Amino acid sequence: MGEIVLSEVRKSFGGVSIIQGIDLVIPDGEFVVFVGPSGCGKSTLLRLIAGLEDTSSGTISIDGKDATKLPPAKRSLAMVFQSYALYPHMSVRKNIAFPLRMAGLPAEEQQRKVEAAAKVLNLTPYLDRKPSQLSGGQRQRVAIGRAIVREPAAFLFDEPLSNLDAALRVSMRQEISELHHTLKTTMIYVTHDQVEAMTMADRIVVLNAGRIEQVGSPLELYRSPANLFVAGFIGSPKMNLIEGAEAAKYGAHTLGVRPEHIDIAEDGPWKGLVGLCEHLGSDTFLKVEVEGIGQINVRVGGDVPLRHGARVNLAPQADKLHRFDAGGKAMV
Amino acid sequence: MATQASRIAGRLMLSPVVVLLFLWMIVPLGMTIYFSFLRFNLLMPGTEEFTGFENYSYFFTDPAFWPALVNTLVLVLGVLVITVVGGVALAVLLDQPMWGQGIVRILVIAPFFVMPSVSALVWKNMLMNPVNGLFAALARGLGLEPIDFFADAPLASIIAIVAWQWLPFATLILFTAMQSLDREQMEAAEMDGAGPIWRFVHLTIPHLMRAATVVVLIQTIFLLSVFAEILVTTNGGPGTASTTLTFLVYMQSMLQFDVGLGSAGGIVAVILANIVAIFLMRMIGKNLEA
Ligand SMILES: Nc1ncnc2c1ncn2[C@@H]1O[C@H](COP(=O)(O)OP(=O)(O)OP(=O)(O)O)[C@@H](O)[C@H]1O
Ligand SMILES: [Mg+2]
Repeated sequence: MGEIVLSEVRKSFGGVSIIQGIDLVIPDGEFVVFVGPSGCGKSTLLRLIAGLEDTSSGTISIDGKDATKLPPAKRSLAMVFQSYALYPHMSVRKNIAFPLRMAGLPAEEQQRKVEAAAKVLNLTPYLDRKPSQLSGGQRQRVAIGRAIVREPAAFLFDEPLSNLDAALRVSMRQEISELHHTLKTTMIYVTHDQVEAMTMADRIVVLNAGRIEQVGSPLELYRSPANLFVAGFIGSPKMNLIEGAEAAKYGAHTLGVRPEHIDIAEDGPWKGLVGLCEHLGSDTFLKVEVEGIGQINVRVGGDVPLRHGARVNLAPQADKLHRFDAGGKAMV
Repeated sequence: MATQASRIAGRLMLSPVVVLLFLWMIVPLGMTIYFSFLRFNLLMPGTEEFTGFENYSYFFTDPAFWPALVNTLVLVLGVLVITVVGGVALAVLLDQPMWGQGIVRILVIAPFFVMPSVSALVWKNMLMNPVNGLFAALARGLGLEPIDFFADAPLASIIAIVAWQWLPFATLILFTAMQSLDREQMEAAEMDGAGPIWRFVHLTIPHLMRAATVVVLIQTIFLLSVFAEILVTTNGGPGTASTTLTFLVYMQSMLQFDVGLGSAGGIVAVILANIVAIFLMRMIGKNLEA
């Protein structure tokens, strides 16, 4: 059981307000991802939930009980750190058993749980090694193993994959998602990688400068971003944001259109000159210099025979346009 | 240092220093070994002659030899225990955030800058003196009989003085190691339910083992040759109560002008130091491997 409720949570460091009033309900069993640019306070918020930092004001409750003043050990949360934070002098087995040992479990039971966790995470052959003798992915799995043996109310992950290479990141990402399906425990996952956020989350919380910009499922955020910040942050390549006369035609201050929602059409209203042209095989990313608008990113199919300097006409898909007012809020 | 040429160049450039260091060691050692086999007394010049192991047998059968050996080991061990335990404690304290941290850290290091003979004199005359000393005054203030430290507990007093001098060194090295302890590890342990004591036992202590090993090895080398503190305070007495091997060698070669006997004592001290070093490396040397 792990419902976590934050109300009006604030945190300042020496007078500088870092977390500026967060209200959030995380239901039991949900996989929530905090995303946001570097320095926006994701780690700080996670550490507040973990109890590693004291809140300046507001309350945090876990399972319906006020946990604002509880020490970290009493919150029954487990955290996986970016640096893994394994204990270097202990073997993998001892590392995983450490929380059980601290909880005073009998030795056979510790043994049984460690082996079970090792089996789930494919760590059995490495149980007697020291952390320094493991690869990055294996260390990450040990850190996860140390978290799961405790059977916590919720898992907290702080950018756990950022030290891994791209291929390993993809496979660990899937492993963590699968783990969530098996355990059905609440997970809070911090990342600044929006691909991780989109692929793993039940719900994404977009943070900016210590505030929540929007909360919603990945597709909700993709389809209807509440403001310019979310529009620019979710989606890759980034949404094109157009201001001025072209936006005014649609009655908006800023017009947003995603690169994948622009077609190349003979009679398209936007005439432009192709600049950079990236052929990825499956897709082609174009940067098109459109007359009267500026540079527009376009994502088209893989077999488009365009090259640098070609002339194209573009047509945005009318039902996929996003309109924002002068304050950056989405218009409906 | 990848290519053959650069390796050879490297060796060539190192060699003058290596030769110099080797001579620096081997000449005094060779001369000491040579003298230790001579009957060589400065009071009777011109009577030097080869005597084989006679000096050694005199040295070993000297009634002060065994007490001196024991005193040496007690002194070294006592100071090591005090400085390592005290150093860890101070390192932990200094690592806490507190007001005036910079000044406190400098104050802790300060004793290391005081010359051994000066600090021994300060301890002898200002602190431990049974009439004028601070400790005596404190004892009288509490209505107790002042202790005459150098008469009643000469070796313990010297251990205290030397430990006071070496505590800053141990603290400095251990504190530096302390600062490289990963904060996230500590936080992970905190979340795993380990209280401050368990965190200290399971994380801090293992992390400090390496630095502690360095402290023990370096201090042992210097502690085996503690001299000024003894000369200034007890002069090795009362009797042989605070005579160490170093001090015994000094008494024989300098006070009795017997260079041969002193040299033999010096060689015995060198051998003892090597035995201690081998023991230490066996016991704790593995801590130095990464
Ligand atoms: N202990 C601290 N003392 C003072 N300021 C802090 C402290 N911890 C964090 N901050 C500040 O709080 C802000 C948010 O930091 P935080 O670590 O939460 O960012 P983040 O969103 O996790 O960024 P990243 O993606 O780079 O990890 C930063 O501006 C940082 O400088
Ligand atoms: Mg962070």
